[in-house]
Amino acid sequence: MKKRKVTALAAAAVCSLALVLSGCGGSGSDSTTGASGGSDAMISVFNPEPTNPLIPSNTNEVGGGNPIDMMFSRLVSFDNKGKAHNEIAKEIKGNGDSSQFTIKINDGWKFTDGSPVTAESFTKAWSWAANVSNKQKNSSFFANIKGYDELQQDGVPADTQLSGLNVVDDKTFTVDLTSPSSTFPIQVGYAAFAPLPESFYKDTKAFGEKPVTVGPYKFQSWEHNKFVKVVKNPDYKGGIKVKNGGIEFRSYTDPTPAYADIQSGNLDALDTIPASYKKTFLKDSQVQAVNDPGSVLQMFTIPTYMKHFGEDQEGKLRRQAISMAINRPQIIDKVLSGTGKDVTDFTAPTIPGYSKSIKGNDVLKYNPSKAKELWEEANKISPWGANDVFKMAYNADGAHKEIYDAVANSIKNTLGINAQGNPLPTFNEFRSNVQGRKFTDSAFRSGWQADYPSPESYLMSNFSSSAADGNGSNDGDYKNPKFDALLTKATAAKSVDEANKIYQQAEEILMEDLPAVPLYYMNAYGAGSKSVQGFTFTWKGTPAYPDMSK
Amino acid sequence: MGKYLLRRILQMIPVVLGTTLLIYALVFALPGDPVAAMFGDKPVNQAVAAQIRAEYNLDKPFLVQYVLFLKNALTLNFGNTFAGQPVISVIGRAFPVTIQLALMAFVFEGVFGVLFGIISGLTKGKWSDTIILVISLLLISVPTFVTGFILQYFLGVKWHVLPATAGAHPGFIDLLMPAIVLGSVSMASIIRLTRTEISSNISEDYVRTARAKGMGNFQVIVHHVLRNSLIPVVTYLGADIGGLMGGAMITERIFNIQGVGNTLYQAIVRGEGTLVVSIVTILVMIFVVTSLLVDLLYAVLDPRIRYA
Amino acid sequence: MTDMTMNESLNGSMTESNAEVFFPDPLPGQERFVAPLDDTPLADVDSVNDEVPATSMWADAWKKLRRNPLFIISAVLAIFVILVALFPFLFTKQDPMACNLDNSLGAGTSGHPFGYDLQGCDVYSRVVYGTRTSVSIGILTTLLVTVFGGLIGAVAGFFGGWVDAILSRVTDIFFAIPMLLGAIVLLQMFRTSGSIWKIVFTLTLFGWVQMARITRSAVMEAKNLEFNTASTALGSSPVRNLFNHILPNSLAPIIVMATMSLGNYIVSEATLSFLGIGLPTSLVSWGGDISTAQSLLTTNPSVLFYPSAALAITVLAFIMMGDAVKDALDPKSKTV
Repeated sequence: MKKRKVTALAAAAVCSLALVLSGCGGSGSDSTTGASGGSDAMISVFNPEPTNPLIPSNTNEVGGGNPIDMMFSRLVSFDNKGKAHNEIAKEIKGNGDSSQFTIKINDGWKFTDGSPVTAESFTKAWSWAANVSNKQKNSSFFANIKGYDELQQDGVPADTQLSGLNVVDDKTFTVDLTSPSSTFPIQVGYAAFAPLPESFYKDTKAFGEKPVTVGPYKFQSWEHNKFVKVVKNPDYKGGIKVKNGGIEFRSYTDPTPAYADIQSGNLDALDTIPASYKKTFLKDSQVQAVNDPGSVLQMFTIPTYMKHFGEDQEGKLRRQAISMAINRPQIIDKVLSGTGKDVTDFTAPTIPGYSKSIKGNDVLKYNPSKAKELWEEANKISPWGANDVFKMAYNADGAHKEIYDAVANSIKNTLGINAQGNPLPTFNEFRSNVQGRKFTDSAFRSGWQADYPSPESYLMSNFSSSAADGNGSNDGDYKNPKFDALLTKATAAKSVDEANKIYQQAEEILMEDLPAVPLYYMNAYGAGSKSVQGFTFTWKGTPAYPDMSK
Repeated sequence: MGKYLLRRILQMIPVVLGTTLLIYALVFALPGDPVAAMFGDKPVNQAVAAQIRAEYNLDKPFLVQYVLFLKNALTLNFGNTFAGQPVISVIGRAFPVTIQLALMAFVFEGVFGVLFGIISGLTKGKWSDTIILVISLLLISVPTFVTGFILQYFLGVKWHVLPATAGAHPGFIDLLMPAIVLGSVSMASIIRLTRTEISSNISEDYVRTARAKGMGNFQVIVHHVLRNSLIPVVTYLGADIGGLMGGAMITERIFNIQGVGNTLYQAIVRGEGTLVVSIVTILVMIFVVTSLLVDLLYAVLDPRIRYA
Repeated sequence: MTDMTMNESLNGSMTESNAEVFFPDPLPGQERFVAPLDDTPLADVDSVNDEVPATSMWADAWKKLRRNPLFIISAVLAIFVILVALFPFLFTKQDPMACNLDNSLGAGTSGHPFGYDLQGCDVYSRVVYGTRTSVSIGILTTLLVTVFGGLIGAVAGFFGGWVDAILSRVTDIFFAIPMLLGAIVLLQMFRTSGSIWKIVFTLTLFGWVQMARITRSAVMEAKNLEFNTASTALGSSPVRNLFNHILPNSLAPIIVMATMSLGNYIVSEATLSFLGIGLPTSLVSWGGDISTAQSLLTTNPSVLFYPSAALAITVLAFIMMGDAVKDALDPKSKTV
């Protein structure tokens, strides 16, 4: 429920990749005045046009997610390293088994229309978002709060409240969960959990065009298909330090013209690099290039319902053979021009718990002779026909062709079998095939960007049995009770370090079963104009917008 | 004549009905579920999805959807996009910039196409003809996404001659480069068409007659040769103006112009039926009107062509 | 097929009797504006040798073509292109599908004169093997579009009235359908097919309209020319007129459109592949290679250059051939 997979939505979102739900916060908590420091210059940044009204619970794509993230403060915020800090919350206290939380909020916070932020600003907003009558795409974020199921019935009044939320006083409320969750205090940092003012309920449509918010920035204007402008909020009381006067999220459908604008100084920041410039941007003297390790894991899922790749000995051998047939470092070097990093586990380099030494991870290393050997062994169980083709599906409206052509060639050259990319014209069609479990003769592209820096985010939603069969993002329907048991054990662990060790044990199982074949960690890369300062990325791979100045 | 015009205008009704039905059917046949895709990679909340489907009538059979659309369209209610914007206002934003771009491209390809065509046709077999042939060849064999990129890179980024992208409120200068890129593909065909007609008409009897009567070379070409050569060119140009509007997907993307092509592309990829149908309906009306104008122009260019 | 000859002899025999009508005696005070017939060698030009057997338009054209160097060069080029398309293995021993990243963007070496593309495939062999796919798509689509669009346009232009109204409005509708939309819907039906026919079919479905419009205009123009009136007066049926007189006289713009479109269709295949609805990666084509090489424009332009050049040469051959055929068929050009 709290995590999401990474898939590029149309060419617009080629690289920004994820739906930005969580905070990308400021640089730290040393300054609480917020309004101080920095110049007042506006920073212009690349952004796909928002495809939804600017309502946090309905926005699940980067275009709207980026401005929403800057305008809407939540109970907690995340710094550039992904660490959570209290923002509007004064205190979030759980009971013994993390099934009930008492939340106290800070005094003196006000929405941009002058109304105060109260406990009700949260409870009403969450109930409204969870209510099916309001048709919010992020409604399932609230699924673990008591009373959610009652709000999913047809014809439920739009203002019915979640029974699990109780207002104690003006600044305090409690949350009852259906099942215990120790990560709930982090989840409330996602944009969908932002507080909303009273005026929102009077005219949600008008709000979506012109939101009233509480946060480091406030709304200025939205010219559709041109830009969303937000300006520094002088009344902001949180810990995020804003170093510019405002941000213009300029609408682009393609990053190529945006790069030309960066080069000619018409745009300040671009959080991706178009294919035409990938080979040159690091040496381009007209831009500030950034190419740092990121948090996105790119892989392809070989579904368990695919012929020859079931959850048996043959499937296991073939998966390992395929994985060892891919020359990843070479593909990263030649095709990605170094904008990725070779894989060693199922998380990503910016995540605590990331490891280079998981037992069995040599299955991710290029080993042509071993690959061939394993493949032949599998052929003894059930022969691979001369007309069989190993296909990998992807959506052609993203930029995946070159990668999958290279992977296919590598498999072909190593195993001597026919392998090819399997493009589907639109993301719509691609997702429908994944959701309908129609890829019975083809592997398919998958990727993951974590919402919070923990291996849990990667392992739970992609590979746990509870996320299979349409209940999560385990679209290959991989099920392994031993793996599930280790995840449960890790959730209950006393310390982060201990939990991470258990997660690494769980990954050992994945190395053997390979429900998905990891390809590379995508770097956080992009280009800034020469005149902008502080162009860096957060742990999630989005630019640290408040840090930029001119 | 008045009767003819009326008849042509009335013909628009079945054309619009036919187009909307056809487009609706095509969008309906698009693979993939647009509502499920709204949830991105996350599991779909089926209850919410059902509500959204009901809101956009997507839960109804195809013909019911179509009739509902027509009913609403008659009251000028085209509904909302998936993004919650009124379709009318989306169209209202997209068309002005595209019309400007299309007209600029149209003038560019028309003026230069005909001009080069005349030069080429009059100097058939000479070096100027050969150079123009090579230019046409280049325009044909290099796709727009390459020419657009090259021009943007050199004129926009390297030499700063023209703006690299169109910007939020594009003016004439901002749209100049996109218009050239957009018009250049059709220009090759216009050059060749004009050249052919000119070179064949130049040897017509009436040209020799006019010359014999002592008419100047320039006048002969403008009054006699050109006028008689223009029918295929005018036909081509007339058909192209609608194409320039709907078909500028690639050019609009390269130069970040938020016009009809871009909007249409997004709508198709997202499977937004009403938006696609509404845009295409306007396009088809443009086609019907331009083809009427072209037909009327025939009568001007060639008095022998008459309409009852 | 003696129509043209008939036409000419018709004109020839009428000249003398018409002379009196067209060149009346000058009025008093008016100067003669045309020299008397005896003063000019016009009579010689117009005299017809009745003993020579009548020749057909096509035979005439062929005779002229054989002597036209432009035609010979273009024909040789076209035959060469078609040879490469039919027998690619005669021109290279490399497998175009044998790609190895070790060679990625490698420079040309002996045996690999054009170097390697991003995936490490031999560019020369890909250009050679791509010929079949691309040229087939170009030629087949052009043929279908010309026949289909030409026929509809000719019928619309010739008959006019309600026939024209219906056909032209259908054309308007097809003009307005976004090719992307139609292509996605159509091509998904043939998702698994690796055949080029699905591309040819799609391109034809959205390409015939322009050809129909052009043909219609040319036919409308030719319909009013004297030879048609004359032929009708002589009792020829309308359909016979259309096919025997009007269409041959409308060929020039049709040929130009056809030869120009040929290149367009080859490039369109690139756009379709680019959108993921084209040919599978297992089929080599110029269009596909051009679209993948696009991102290498600033760093390795040669990868883009070779398939584009092959495309340009092919288009050139067909444009030149079209020009030559058009000139040969043009009855007016005989007097030049």
